[in-house]
Amino acid sequence: MAVTARPKLDAERLRADFPYLEELQNGRPVAFLDSAASTQKPRQVLETMTEFYSHSYANVHRGVYRLAERATEGYEGAREKVAQFLNAPSAREIVFTRNATEALNLVAYAWGLDNLGPGDVVVVTELEHHSNFVPWQYIAGRTGAEFRAIPIDEQGELQFDTLDEIAAAGRVKIVANNLVSNSLGTINPIERLTTWAHGLGAIMVVDAAQAAPHRPLDVQALGCDFVAISGHKMCGPSGAGALWGRAELLEAMSPFNVGGHMIRSVAIEETTWGQLPHKFEAGTAPIVEAVGFGAAIDYLSEIGLDAIAQHEHELTEMTLDRFAELPWIESYGPPADRRAGIVSFNVEGVHPHDVAQILDWEGVAIRGGHHCTQPLMQRLGVVATNRASFYLYTVPEEIERLIQGLHKVKKTLG
Amino acid sequence: MSEFDQLYREVILDHYRNPRSHGLLDTPDAQAEGQNPLCGDEVTVSLRFDGDTIREVGFEGRGCAISQAATSMLTEIVQGKTADEVARMPKEELLEEIGIPLTPVRLKCAILGLGVLKVALHKSKGTPLPEEWTSSGDLTIA
Repeated sequence: MAVTARPKLDAERLRADFPYLEELQNGRPVAFLDSAASTQKPRQVLETMTEFYSHSYANVHRGVYRLAERATEGYEGAREKVAQFLNAPSAREIVFTRNATEALNLVAYAWGLDNLGPGDVVVVTELEHHSNFVPWQYIAGRTGAEFRAIPIDEQGELQFDTLDEIAAAGRVKIVANNLVSNSLGTINPIERLTTWAHGLGAIMVVDAAQAAPHRPLDVQALGCDFVAISGHKMCGPSGAGALWGRAELLEAMSPFNVGGHMIRSVAIEETTWGQLPHKFEAGTAPIVEAVGFGAAIDYLSEIGLDAIAQHEHELTEMTLDRFAELPWIESYGPPADRRAGIVSFNVEGVHPHDVAQILDWEGVAIRGGHHCTQPLMQRLGVVATNRASFYLYTVPEEIERLIQGLHKVKKTLG
Repeated sequence: MSEFDQLYREVILDHYRNPRSHGLLDTPDAQAEGQNPLCGDEVTVSLRFDGDTIREVGFEGRGCAISQAATSMLTEIVQGKTADEVARMPKEELLEEIGIPLTPVRLKCAILGLGVLKVALHKSKGTPLPEEWTSSGDLTIA
């Protein structure tokens, strides 16, 4: 029987694409283990942006001269790439935003303010990043709707047996959840939650900022109504993110930001809105950032999202195995097969800031803090955690350096 | 000295492991608490006066070594000083005592306890509270 070998990712080779990974600090490269906060950028993205700024740059959707048309083609071409990446039915359902946070605010304001009121329930989870928590809490407060958070269990997985009680609190109108938790790496069963939300007549909003960089994403398979992603977490520049939404919902929604470009006609008596997606893109867009975002999608697609997911899985398994040998390390979150390349942990008796600081002297960059998930930290009963996160350019040697650094932390402060 | 040895020099580790004046006072004349939301450091300071002189200090908190050690060192500095003296004490005086170079992020850890102490004095003795402590951005002190 023929066995088709999955193309494996060659992290050592890919590292050459990333200028920062070649830099030396005290004679060796930094083990950059904070990609969940933001990834490093490959030359392919940087060169595309420099080239675009140098030879294709003008404002988009405005001029009739050739340069402006080239710029518009580049910008709209990036939109097509995002649509394909998400398997969206149409590129007009893709709205460029600054980041996933802005995409989620767009839905919270433009859908929430018109559709929520007393007696309605807005549901999030204890696992959310503040970006998918605070906007909903805020809009619920403004509209008089109830705000509920689905609890998690000890392993950081959603407790589905609480759903009935939450549904009894009123008319559930919005369910918002991240596909992958940025703190624990938990991969959430979005399809199941979507079925529940739709059964109650609610819309399902998915924060995929932490999923999109690491695994294949298909908005049609997820069955949800909105998906938010951030370019900077997937090798793209900061300043460009995207919202996918079902056309019929986007059509029915009021605008979010208003001003130039998003209009059909403006008069003192009345202003009417433009077509999708322009209705939601007021002002000059992050043109070159969007083009860079498109280049990042090309870069990731060529490597293959399946290969990236597999690579990160191997690193996560390796890290959790090593941590299990160290009784003074407590790690949080589900087993490796139900999590993305993120490992949150604490060193017994040592504050994460001190851990991160000592590791920095050792040339290992991790995040120490609450990771914009304070409700989750409260649930875990900790002030903060350390978080090591991996990407396509992470190599096993960097995890060895992390372990060595942690031994030094333990020796100094533990 | 390497950067590492500087940051966690022995005196800081000593204050971190054996904090002075640890524990809140039972019947304080003044008390205040503060957090550094950036990293989750927490400090509560309680005081007893003898007239205008700080007779006793007690603190509790949790957080990084720098924030807790700096607060511990602070309690030694301010004991026996008047409310007014401490209210006017520049943060540089504490930083000198800490004696290590701090990045802007870690500086906030180091001065949290001092800010909390100044707020406690302000509440109880009406001493002036410099602007940097009322609107010090990242630090939440009440």
